[in-house]
Amino acid sequence: MGILDKHKIIEKNATLLLVGSFLVVTIGGIVEIAPLFYLQNTIETVDGVRPYTPLELTGRDIYVREGCYVCHSQMIRPMRDEVERYGHYSLAAESMYDHPFQWGSKRTGPDLARVGGRYSDEWHYDHLVNPQSVVPESIMPAYGFLANRVIGSEHIAQRVRTETRVGVPYTEEMLTSAAMDFRAQADPNMDASGLQERYPGAQQRNFDRQPELTEMDALIAYLQVLGTMVDFSTFEPDPNR
Amino acid sequence: MAGEKDDHDSPANPDNQISLERQAADREHEAKLAGDLPPRPAPDHPVAPERARHQRRAPGGAGVARQETPSTGHSWDGITEYDNPMPRWWLWTFYVTIVWAIGYMIAYPALPLFTGSTQGLLGWTARKEVAVEIERFNEQNAAIQQELASVDLTSIPTNPELLAYATNAGGAVFRTWCAQCHGSGASGAPGYPSLIDDSWLWGGSLEDIHLTVQHGIRDPNDGDTRYSEMPRFGVDEMLSNQEIDEVANYVLALSNSEHDATLAAAGEQIFVDNCSSCHMEDGSGDRMQGAPALNDQIWLYGGDFATIRRITHDGPFGVMPAWNARLSEADIRAVATYVHSLGGGE
Repeated sequence: MGILDKHKIIEKNATLLLVGSFLVVTIGGIVEIAPLFYLQNTIETVDGVRPYTPLELTGRDIYVREGCYVCHSQMIRPMRDEVERYGHYSLAAESMYDHPFQWGSKRTGPDLARVGGRYSDEWHYDHLVNPQSVVPESIMPAYGFLANRVIGSEHIAQRVRTETRVGVPYTEEMLTSAAMDFRAQADPNMDASGLQERYPGAQQRNFDRQPELTEMDALIAYLQVLGTMVDFSTFEPDPNR
Repeated sequence: MAGEKDDHDSPANPDNQISLERQAADREHEAKLAGDLPPRPAPDHPVAPERARHQRRAPGGAGVARQETPSTGHSWDGITEYDNPMPRWWLWTFYVTIVWAIGYMIAYPALPLFTGSTQGLLGWTARKEVAVEIERFNEQNAAIQQELASVDLTSIPTNPELLAYATNAGGAVFRTWCAQCHGSGASGAPGYPSLIDDSWLWGGSLEDIHLTVQHGIRDPNDGDTRYSEMPRFGVDEMLSNQEIDEVANYVLALSNSEHDATLAAAGEQIFVDNCSSCHMEDGSGDRMQGAPALNDQIWLYGGDFATIRRITHDGPFGVMPAWNARLSEADIRAVATYVHSLGGGE
């Protein structure tokens, strides 16, 4: 049987077996992963997607820290029932500045990919403090302590700079004004024209209606921007992507 | 076991079966090491003479090999490997999956090439599939949706066919988009109005409900939204704490709730000066401004003294998103009809 009878050689030499296994896995990896970096039809640029504002980025960190992704996915699949319930199916480009992305498939709670603008800030506040006060059927735990955790802007510039290391295109101007933008977004009395220029469509409100800037502000700011960056009234899906 | 002299090594005791077998195996092993192998007992089944590989097993054998299985010739430390063939059904299923995979790669997008991947003969994409599926449903509902969106709003409740469709479709819309605040039964929650009673903040006619769903209430992103803002009497120091206590008692008096009569009497003038322009002098409220009636027992946030005091002090107000960007006109009319039909519709 020729070469097929020689498998004993690999089976009896552990190093050779290791090298062989590595070779097989490498080939599989190259064939499956490498094309995604150069094939045109896996990369779609979409208008409107921008990096997160410093406050939204902080909210996202809280989202990840509290493990929200354990129960909530952020990916609307291309199926009619999902589109009916949550809105337009998610595009890969919408999470291009997410490191790491929050897609997931575990839906103990609903998908949050387009939760932005769906509820009022007050609802988010009430719901995070006591989910059952607005949705009696809910099994979500309470996160009221977020409203008591005041956060400052002293480390936000470094935090934003970290994102540039993984390829998020924050400009030098965004980095220098990070602390100001961070405070301005949650304070309606501050001038937000710079914030708007740097992050088009950024919503400026006192999200938790408390005088202090808390983790609750940051998390609600993040939730309110989810899925709102792309204008789907003008979006033409390319059917081949 | 009863009556046996010693239970522990009696061969009649089934509990001892394992240890007895182990002792026998140990004896056999020792004998083997000494080169004195005792003859094995005859097997339960007759052993057939050696047959060729891949020969069929005896039918009904239930997995018990009746022939002496040939060895692969592999031997490690005296342990040899049986050369048992794969079950036929398993092998053929395996071959079929390989053939299936080849067909699948031809029919569907599969292999990455230099500029793109193979598109597959069927031309399938996930986006095309969902677009077709959505189109199929839209087409089926197109006629009635179009009628619903184009007829005079007030004529919907009198058209039985439209009414039946609108209440069903509107119920589905309500449970998807509205239930999180107003409750799955539409009975509301503190701060989120009940939609099943006769007390309306902005009006309970079909047109009023329709407008509210379209443009929302205090939606920062909709220019036509319903808007009003209650002053923050305490936060902005428009009233002293004493005055707030007095006016809160007056509000309790208006609704015939338990209250402090002296404080309430002092609060009457404060109410007339500060509150009556929206809530009216008799506390009946004003729907043009979304000012709730204060002279009934229906409360948005709560009817106890502490809550009324807090509301006067903080001046909170609810926000309802505008839905015209997310829902079609037909869906908005459907959900307005559904809410109108819940019991409080005017």
